[in-house]
This record gives sequence, C-alpha cells and structure tokens, in this order.
Amino acid sequence: MKASTKTAALAVLAAAALLLPFVTHSPSHLNLAILVLMAAQLGVAWNLLGGYAGQVSLGHAAFYGLGAYTSTMLLLNFGLNPWLGMLLGGGVAALSSLAFGWSCFRLKGHYFAMATIAVAEIVQIVFTNWEDAGSAVGLTIPMDQRGWGAMVFADKAPYYWLALGLLALTLLATWAVERSHIGYYLRAIKDEPDAARSIGINIARYKQVALSISAFFTALGGSLYAQKELYIDPGSVLSTALSIKMALVSILGGVGTLFGPVVGSVVLTTIEELTRASFGGTGRGTDTIIYAALIVGIAVFYPSGLIGGFREWQRRRAARRAERRAAPKPARIPSGDRPAYTTDEGQS
Amino acid sequence: MSLLELQGVSKRFGGLMANQDVSFSVDAGQIVGLIGPNGAGKTTAFNCVAGFYAPSAGEIRLAGQVISGLPPEACARAGVGRTFQVARTFTSMTACENVMAGALLRTRRVSAARDEAMQWLAFVRLDAFADKPAGSMTISEQRRLAVARALAIAPKLLLMDEVMAGLNPTEVREMVAVVQAIRERGIACLIVEHVLEGIMPIADRIVVLDRGLKIADGTPAEVSRDPHVIHAYLGDE
Repeated sequence: MKASTKTAALAVLAAAALLLPFVTHSPSHLNLAILVLMAAQLGVAWNLLGGYAGQVSLGHAAFYGLGAYTSTMLLLNFGLNPWLGMLLGGGVAALSSLAFGWSCFRLKGHYFAMATIAVAEIVQIVFTNWEDAGSAVGLTIPMDQRGWGAMVFADKAPYYWLALGLLALTLLATWAVERSHIGYYLRAIKDEPDAARSIGINIARYKQVALSISAFFTALGGSLYAQKELYIDPGSVLSTALSIKMALVSILGGVGTLFGPVVGSVVLTTIEELTRASFGGTGRGTDTIIYAALIVGIAVFYPSGLIGGFREWQRRRAARRAERRAAPKPARIPSGDRPAYTTDEGQS
Repeated sequence: MSLLELQGVSKRFGGLMANQDVSFSVDAGQIVGLIGPNGAGKTTAFNCVAGFYAPSAGEIRLAGQVISGLPPEACARAGVGRTFQVARTFTSMTACENVMAGALLRTRRVSAARDEAMQWLAFVRLDAFADKPAGSMTISEQRRLAVARALAIAPKLLLMDEVMAGLNPTEVREMVAVVQAIRERGIACLIVEHVLEGIMPIADRIVVLDRGLKIADGTPAEVSRDPHVIHAYLGDE
C-alpha cells in the first residue's frame, strides 16, 4: 500500500469511528465498541514494552490498577477533578514503574515475565488488604456530579469518545516513539541485546523508558475504566487475567506493529463478548472454552499475528502478480506460417 | 602513543586462566591480527577490550583513557566498535535500519542517521540491499552489514571477531578489501582470525596467543617464522 493510500484509509476509518455513536443507538453495541477501544488502548500501551522492546510483561494490571485507584481515591478523599486525577495516576504508575523495572529487568525472557506476575500479585494483595482503598469491597464513585468536567455520564456516547481519544493519544505516542531513536533502540534490544550494547545502547535505560511510557498510558486506561464503571475493586482492575488480556490483544494482532493491538482487540474483544452473549450464563464456562479455542486457532494459523498474516498474504499476492507479469506472453504465430499440426486447443 | 594499549591483562573464569598477563598495543591506522589455536584466549581478550568482560587484573587504555571495566555501551561511546563471531544483525530490521541504529549514537536525528547509514552501506557495497530485511541476507552480506553497523558509531578502533570464517574465497577477498578500506579511513582494526590467508597479507602486526599467554608479537613474516608459533600450531615433531 502506498503511504498516501494508507493515510487516506486511516482518515476514513477515524472519521467513521468518530461518528459511530450517531449511527448506532443500541447501548449494547456502543458498549461493545467501548470495550474494543479500551482493550485496544491497553494493548497499544503494552506493545511498547512487550512488542517493540520484546520484554513480555504479564503484570501490567498493576499499572492499570494504580491509575484507577489513584484517580478514584483522590476524587473520593480530596474531591480532586478526575481529569487531573487521571494524569496523576499516570504519573504514579510511571514512577512505580521505576521500582517495577529495577526489580524485574534483572531477569530475562521467561523469568522476566514470571517476575512481573509476582510484582502485580503483590500490588493486588496490598490493595485487597488496604482499608483506605476499600479493601476487597472496592470503591464507588458517586454519580451526583455529571458532565465533561466530572467525567461522569449517564449515557454511553461520551465514554465512547473518551476511549477513542485515549486510544488515539496512545497510538500517537507510540508512533512518535517508533519514529524516534528510541524506537530503533527498542527493536535493536529486542533482536540482539549484546549487539545493541556494542553500538552504545544502554539497554537497561531504554527498557525502563519503554516501561515507564507504557505504564503511564496503561494507568490512563485504568482511570477511564473507573470513571466509566464508577466502581473498582482489586478483582476488576488488578487481576492477572487483565494483564494477560493486554498481552493477548497485542500478540494476536501483531507485536511491534502500531495497529496490531487494535486489530487484535477488535477480533478478540468481539469474540469474547459474542461467545459470552451466546454461550455464557450456562454456568459451564462454554463461552470461555470457545473463546480459548479461537485464540488457539489464531495462534496456530497466524503465528506472527493477524497483521503479520495480512502482510504475508499481501506479499504473496504481489509476488504472484509480478510472476504473471514476467511470464512471456504466448507467441502469436501468423496464420499463414502456422504449422499444420497445431490446433487452437493446443494454444492457451 | 598507541591507540589501544593492553597492560598485563588477565582474565580468570573460576579456575581457568583465559588470559594471563597479556600486553600488546595497536597504533592508530594499523591492522593488527590476533591469532592463536582454539582456546588460546583470543575472544576473551577481545571481549575485555570491548567491555563485555572486566579483566581480573591489568589495564586497557584507548587513546589514553582507561576503558577496562567499563560496560560495553561506554566502550562503544569511547570509540570501540565491534563485530561478533555470528553476525548478530538485528534481523527484524532492514539493512539500512541496522546501520542507522549504530549511527544514532552520534546523532539523535533519525534523518541524519539515515543519510549516514546509506554512506556506510555503500562503503561495504550493500547499498542495493538497503531496504532488505537483515534476516533474509546471506551470511557474507550479514557480516558486512555488521561491519557497517559498527563503523556507523564512528569508532577509533574496530574489533572484528572472525569476520572471514566460513566465507568462500571470493567472499574472503571482498572482506579483505573492506578491511583495507577501513584502514584507509584511519580506523585501526584488531582482528581475531582463523583464516590466516585472509589476515596475513593485510596485517601490519600479528599478536599470537596460546593458552592465555602471548607467545609472539611482530610482523606477519616474523611471526610465521617464530619457533614458538610453529610449535603452538603444529606441535612437536
């Protein structure tokens, strides 16, 4: 695809996404769209560390929870505006990510992933037992103030735009990082850490940079969740399942690609919600079985993610076309010179 | 003053003395070959200079600055470029992006790094492959790409670890031409090599290690006549 075609397609998609709430008035459809956008935003944020830098974290729920709890606790205790709370939540997460990175980056590969699970688990246990944070009961945000200032709304559409805006912001940040020297450094660290060091890259510093940015945007997602649900507890914003979901949408969509997590979220969240709607509620977990089977299917047939699979298909199609163009056209033999034994069927 | 100076460098791994009291120097613009039988400690000495190992004893200076004990990224900043035995190119990146990652050490501007990278790609005659993913290049191309990437950090000294191993005669000649062109740019080269027909004709000096000790140091002609060297390579009669 040419760059101009890509930009045009992106603009059309963005415009369509922006106008969606005017097209559909069904709250359930809009809710699904919000869930898709929110999961996509988390995937994009996760992808910066897990995809570009290749450091698979399974503890990102810690940052999500820190964002949600920071904005909510500041709102409930000090009446702080949630917009400001959201920003502070991002700051708290980015700051905590220094400790997170300090402890986990000593380990590599699978062991790094395991350490991140442990750290997130600790954060969850702390909040489950912290009375000022509502312990296991959780915190409820009152609905008495509404509107854009309070970031509380009675209908879904504003949340949809908020989620869309946050996704756009996270994509923009990732795009900027990708194009800067940091983007090149992160990919270098992912491919060959030793070679990266040999060309002067301080890999500990750049992994931390990726983690901090990633943590910041993950926390913004957490605050948005709190404002949308108006209720948070450790199970909903700090669970390991959440960490896994962030990794899944990126991995299935295509790690280390800008839009991979968005594609992953559209597919995964839709499947998740549809299977839940169709097969859920039986108490037998049929929905999760089908959901899991589909994930396995994608993983088997598109090992490099959906975006990777799409690119592969594009490349093959281009190669086929080039082959056809290069193939010599069947020679036309003037009818007078045509040998007696050739028949029309023989020429194709 | 020598560009690179090793003074009494020793490196111990547990009970194994990989390098013992090794001293030699590389002058600016020189090609120095570091040779020796398997297990002689060539790569260890090399990794000490590049900052991948800290010597157990001794000192390494680059242009007067002590670099022994510094991490690899600091050695790179000080002016030591290196290649690895296996090319270790960034396989998910294109050839150009590989070299850009190197050039970004001296400039943070991506467009400037791209221009610089294209020049180095042309230097190792890979400019036609600029947009090719490094992972799909041949071994010989990847080796030259790794050299271009190391050169892009603007080193004073380039360490090359067996860049000619496993190449066919034509490819060895190509690599020799590249090494000579590097010297012409005033960059000194320290080359660990097994392919002696590649290194002997172009080296200004040869340092021979055996079992962690330096056993000879001189011009290629001197070294190849040295009885210690003949003994180390061929053994007793």
